[in-house]
Amino acid sequence: MIYFDNSATTKPYKEVLDSFLKVSSDYFANPSSLHRFGGQAEKLLSQAREQVAQLLQVKTNEIYFTSGGTESNNLAVKGAALRNRNKGKHLITSSVEHPSVRLAMEQLEQVGFDITYVPVDRNGRVSATDIEAAIRKDTSFISIMLVNNEVGTIQPIKEIGEMLKRYPTILFHVDAVQGIGKVPLTLHEDRIDLCSISGHKFHGLKGTGVLYVRDGVRITPLFSGGSQERALRSGTENVAGAVALAKALRMTFDRSTAGIENMRNIQNMLRQELSKNERIQINTPSENSAPHILNFSLNGIKSEVFIHALEEKEIFVSTTSACSSKKKTASTTLTAMGVPKATAESAVRISLSYDNTTEEALKVIEAIENSLKQLERVMK
Amino acid sequence: MNYDRILIRYGEISTKGRNRNKFIDKLRKSVRIALTNFPNIKIEASRDRMYVVLNGENSQAVIEKLKPIFGIQSFSPAIKVAKEIETLKIKSLELVKSQYSEGNTFKVTAKRSDKTFELTTDEINHLIGGHLLQNIPGLKVNVKNPDINLRIEVRKEAIYLSSETIPGAGGLPAGSGGKAMLMLSGGIDSPVAGYLSMRRGLDIEAVHFFSPPFTSERAKEKVMDLSKRLAEIAGGSITLHIVPFTKVQQVIREQVPENYTMTSTRRMMLRITDEIRRKQEGLAIITGENLGQVASQTLESMYAINEVTNTPILRPLISMDKNDIIKMADMINTLEISNRPYEDCCTIFVPASPKTKPKREKVIQYESYFNFEPLIQEAVEKVETITIKPGREQRREFEELF
Repeated sequence: MIYFDNSATTKPYKEVLDSFLKVSSDYFANPSSLHRFGGQAEKLLSQAREQVAQLLQVKTNEIYFTSGGTESNNLAVKGAALRNRNKGKHLITSSVEHPSVRLAMEQLEQVGFDITYVPVDRNGRVSATDIEAAIRKDTSFISIMLVNNEVGTIQPIKEIGEMLKRYPTILFHVDAVQGIGKVPLTLHEDRIDLCSISGHKFHGLKGTGVLYVRDGVRITPLFSGGSQERALRSGTENVAGAVALAKALRMTFDRSTAGIENMRNIQNMLRQELSKNERIQINTPSENSAPHILNFSLNGIKSEVFIHALEEKEIFVSTTSACSSKKKTASTTLTAMGVPKATAESAVRISLSYDNTTEEALKVIEAIENSLKQLERVMK
Repeated sequence: MNYDRILIRYGEISTKGRNRNKFIDKLRKSVRIALTNFPNIKIEASRDRMYVVLNGENSQAVIEKLKPIFGIQSFSPAIKVAKEIETLKIKSLELVKSQYSEGNTFKVTAKRSDKTFELTTDEINHLIGGHLLQNIPGLKVNVKNPDINLRIEVRKEAIYLSSETIPGAGGLPAGSGGKAMLMLSGGIDSPVAGYLSMRRGLDIEAVHFFSPPFTSERAKEKVMDLSKRLAEIAGGSITLHIVPFTKVQQVIREQVPENYTMTSTRRMMLRITDEIRRKQEGLAIITGENLGQVASQTLESMYAINEVTNTPILRPLISMDKNDIIKMADMINTLEISNRPYEDCCTIFVPASPKTKPKREKVIQYESYFNFEPLIQEAVEKVETITIKPGREQRREFEELF
């Protein structure tokens, strides 16, 4: 099996599963319980928090555990917007955000917020200047993703953060779900107030995530309940999940230098070989893109058909993003980049992990060529 | 801008006559400890300045580490420039340009401790000011309240350029003022009292009273976490003495009328702390007492409790308002730990109506029917002494899970 769908989810590291199992079976107590057993669970949780904070180079009290990227994004967007609605009801985001940001914004629109969707260029990139131009007196919140999940474009987070230093009252959220471990991110330096990450995108487990909330920034919780996570995220803590996430993040960061280089090599190789085929059009920009995603279109062949053709060869890739691929609509990112509908509908996304190899890439290239030839015969 | 050094101003140390070198050495040590993770830096200390030479380390990260160090009045990231007018012009322009945004105002503040330099202070101000005005269109002068204040310090060895002055934590360097025992309960006040004492240069050792099973293991952990925070602030380790207190508390309950138990408990705590202080060769006891907050902290109460010792008792919070104490606890990141809900030695055994105005003679009389001395000695002998280090060192137990 060749798994080239790592932006959808990754395979949990064995060591991460071991920790999860051990914590779940040996330290299953509720960290809020007063007894010593509960105390151990609480210790594990705070140790996980400390480790994540250290890896992200932020303070321990800036880390909140959630159930994943979607929850972190919803909590950031809605929590910040609602908390600050008296300061202004204008929010800014890009036209290529993940649905957990975009649809959260749409929901806020229904209750009286005003949203500006800043367009992207043909590489899928927003510009700090355009964002600044969209800022109004009543702008209270801006959300921009670090890496686009469909084509891999890296957004100019540093520039936006730099620009926003002149607008100290606007909260800045970064959805780093696709970017963490793949492109550098310095939260404090880049004036980021809120940042979402998700455990299962870096070999942790589904149902685990983190929201970074900068010290001093206050947002409204989405859940009411037992006031866990300093009342920002009620619900009994997923201690084993948090430990697993902390470990997965540590292992990811330990391996990142070599891992990123490896992915970049494979990506370059795929790009080079695939672009030789005239049916293939590469959608991922060659500059300012993450090392792990390569999105391309097969003119005239529906991407779904192609996915199934490859799966027969035990190769797993994706049509656009996993979240939108079941909806059978063309990729929002590609549409926003101005790619024609037919091209957008035939888009395929390859996404890599540190552990993929060039041998696998060679096999995939060959399989893609063969499948294309086969399908061409049928389609003509 | 790529700064190559950070200039540290000492503040109060400068006024300390003969002790000065000792103070500077202590500060140097604090800085060294705080910057352990930056192997390339070099610290140069002179009589009235200290320089952290960055050698390529990230200036922003180093600045964050310098902010909480006691004994620093202010500091400025700076560039070292050769004593040459042309270089000075180029570098000044570079620095101001890197900070300039549309419509900003500026001024030049030159200082010349090397009087042999070819230009006087005024000449430097004029020359560089003029050069900047010519080369940055839109830049305006404002000597009263400039956005950018370019400081040029001409010293014997070189010229230093800086444009930002960041306030330091103030106070005196850690450990420059002798040792005192901090009575650390787990509440909000005592860590703040510890912080304020350390800011005045005191070395502290914490004393905590532990009464199992009335107070839990988690209350003890809470105190260990508070001590760890204090150790981080101190930039070194903190000694924590955990006193087994159950027996003493039980005897007090048997011997002393209920409304005087609290007064008596405090007296015993103070006696034990004083005994530990004597052994550890400390010179004072610090408490988080704050006038009038609770029954034990009325002036009458302090008068009745203080009677057991003539060791100086320092009460840094004595005149502060509760809200200000809470704010300060939040600032030093102990508030959240203090707010954990476990019973501690102060919250348990609180009588229904404690005497707010206990009489000294009365409490002495009540205690006179029982010889507490052996119990106190026993408690002191059984003290568990732990060295709490800053950072993650303590957390070995779950290492393999992470």
